[in-house]
Amino acid sequence: MHAPANPFNVRKSSSRTVENVAFGLFRAATYFILACATFIFGFIFVKGGETVFRAHFPFVNVPFLTQSPETLYVFEYEGKKMELGDKEFRAFKENHGLKELPAESFAHSAGGIFPCIVGTVLLVIGSMAIALFIGVSAAIYLSEYSKHGPFVRFVRLAILNLAGVPSIVFGLFGLGLFVVFMPVLQSFHNPAVLSLPVGFGHYLNFSGWNVCLLSGWFTLAFMALPVVIIASEESLKAVPMGFREGSLALGATKWQAIRTNVLPYALPGMITSSILSIARVAGETAPIMFTAAYIVRDKMPWQVEHPLDFLFQGVMALPYHIYVVSSKLPQNEYTERVQYGTAFVFLVIVMGIALTSILLRIRMRSRHRW
Amino acid sequence: MVAIPAMAAYPSDRHMIPPDAASLPKAAAMSSEENPTMIEVESLDFFYGQAQALHGISIQIPAKKVTAFIGPSGCGKSTLLRCFNRMNDLVDIARIGNGRVRIHGIDIHHPDVDVIALRRQVGMVFQKSNPFPKSIYENITYGLQIQGINDRRKLDEVVEKSLRGAALWDEVKDRLHTSGLGLSGGQQQRLCIARAIAVEPSIILMDEPCSALDPIATSKVEELIQVLKGKYTIVIVTHNMQQAGRCSDHTAFFYLGRLIEFARTEKIFTNPSQRQTEDYITGRFG
Repeated sequence: MHAPANPFNVRKSSSRTVENVAFGLFRAATYFILACATFIFGFIFVKGGETVFRAHFPFVNVPFLTQSPETLYVFEYEGKKMELGDKEFRAFKENHGLKELPAESFAHSAGGIFPCIVGTVLLVIGSMAIALFIGVSAAIYLSEYSKHGPFVRFVRLAILNLAGVPSIVFGLFGLGLFVVFMPVLQSFHNPAVLSLPVGFGHYLNFSGWNVCLLSGWFTLAFMALPVVIIASEESLKAVPMGFREGSLALGATKWQAIRTNVLPYALPGMITSSILSIARVAGETAPIMFTAAYIVRDKMPWQVEHPLDFLFQGVMALPYHIYVVSSKLPQNEYTERVQYGTAFVFLVIVMGIALTSILLRIRMRSRHRW
Repeated sequence: MVAIPAMAAYPSDRHMIPPDAASLPKAAAMSSEENPTMIEVESLDFFYGQAQALHGISIQIPAKKVTAFIGPSGCGKSTLLRCFNRMNDLVDIARIGNGRVRIHGIDIHHPDVDVIALRRQVGMVFQKSNPFPKSIYENITYGLQIQGINDRRKLDEVVEKSLRGAALWDEVKDRLHTSGLGLSGGQQQRLCIARAIAVEPSIILMDEPCSALDPIATSKVEELIQVLKGKYTIVIVTHNMQQAGRCSDHTAFFYLGRLIEFARTEKIFTNPSQRQTEDYITGRFG
């Protein structure tokens, strides 16, 4: 008696080899992405950590987070190498009765990045509000009201194309439309531009909003819009048709049905994906460099004379600060500290926004289940 | 005739049934001792784009009776049902080619007819029970709140009355403020019926209301239909011929977008006059 040959015996075959190779390839690709991400994050965390953290109490470089950027002065005094920010340097000279003190100066390398943090937060909040309002409205129109046809197909195509437009083009678009063209209501006739009288001695002057928060908000919002619209449409489609039919059959108008039985259940998805897209857009330098960002600004955004001026002021912003410090100034060890420190803070803020959106999604999803 | 607060005030006479009603095609009229006609369909053609879904349907559905629509899938019975509350308006490519649907004698597709008011009169229960992800209480009051009725006492009253009307009160009275989705499938469907009767319609359309329910839940819904028919005109689409036999007074058999036969349920099931009806009833096709 001998046992029958095992019909399931492992055999070498070409399909098996191909299988192994393909599997290995996919795994390698995944690990490669992971390695790249780890390297980028690790590099910035290590380098930036040196700037942001301190070995002694309070363990965080508080001035870096709470002060405005200053020029750094490096000099030798009584055989000791000193590094002082602008204000400290002047105080030092006064205290020691020195008129002249030869020192090397490095722009932006002392002080902190507080105005940039504030500016970025303001840009994110404003553009998110605008993108959410326009994007959600457009998504509701496209997915709930519009009839399917060539026009809607064309609109969708345009939205998809908008998503592929390079950020610098958005920047130039913002410059051309908001910064130099949009109308402002003023009490004088401006002969240099299109100036429409609106009565009561006021004119609508098409002289643009200038480089300001408002221009930046709209430019960033337009950039985030495609993703907001597409994500919002997906969220609307995920709400079961039965909710709409159920309320319409009870005599609800279309808007009543949408407002009470569609939007509440679609909003979590809409908001979270919109926040993520804004977080991505907030990291762009190109759209704000022509429309909202200043290299240096002494005043903080809330130091305005008239409340309306708040909208029409430029701000400093983290991505633009990184750009300026790392490419517009001579490179040295002092600017490098600021670069990595700023990148670190920026990364933490963006990750914070992403985390907020994820937590928000989990919270809202658990409240609305069907 | 039933009082019809929403549409009785309808000013024009043009769309009322003409006095010489006898001149209308009476392909499927009931004999004279029947209840008055509630829904009257007159040679209705219906299209999805180019595809014709209904061919010259004429039927007169009597008031305060249960009328069952049977027929194989795709025969147009649901499409016809969804004409009665103009739910087909939601489909972009849907269009009425010819013919009329009259409810209380009024052509419901006339531009002067407010579809909102129509749908308050013609309630609907769907195949897949679709309670809103709100509390049981809010599910019932939804139809009233969108009309702007927010008086707490009135709402409480309607909730109890509707839930009792749907034979659900005793099962849920202690948890009115818990989610309607926590109910079983059969309870959810009865909740949807309660929600429909809360706005006091005169007609309730049911689109295969029991197809997703187990036999016990089904029998409860069927019992409920028997209770409701004293007050409401009920039109029920069903795939289940036993169900049509058990709970309907009249049965209409549809095939390929045409109304083949419409008669008292006993007649359809015992002595159909059309060959196709007999074949379908006896299970030879379908």
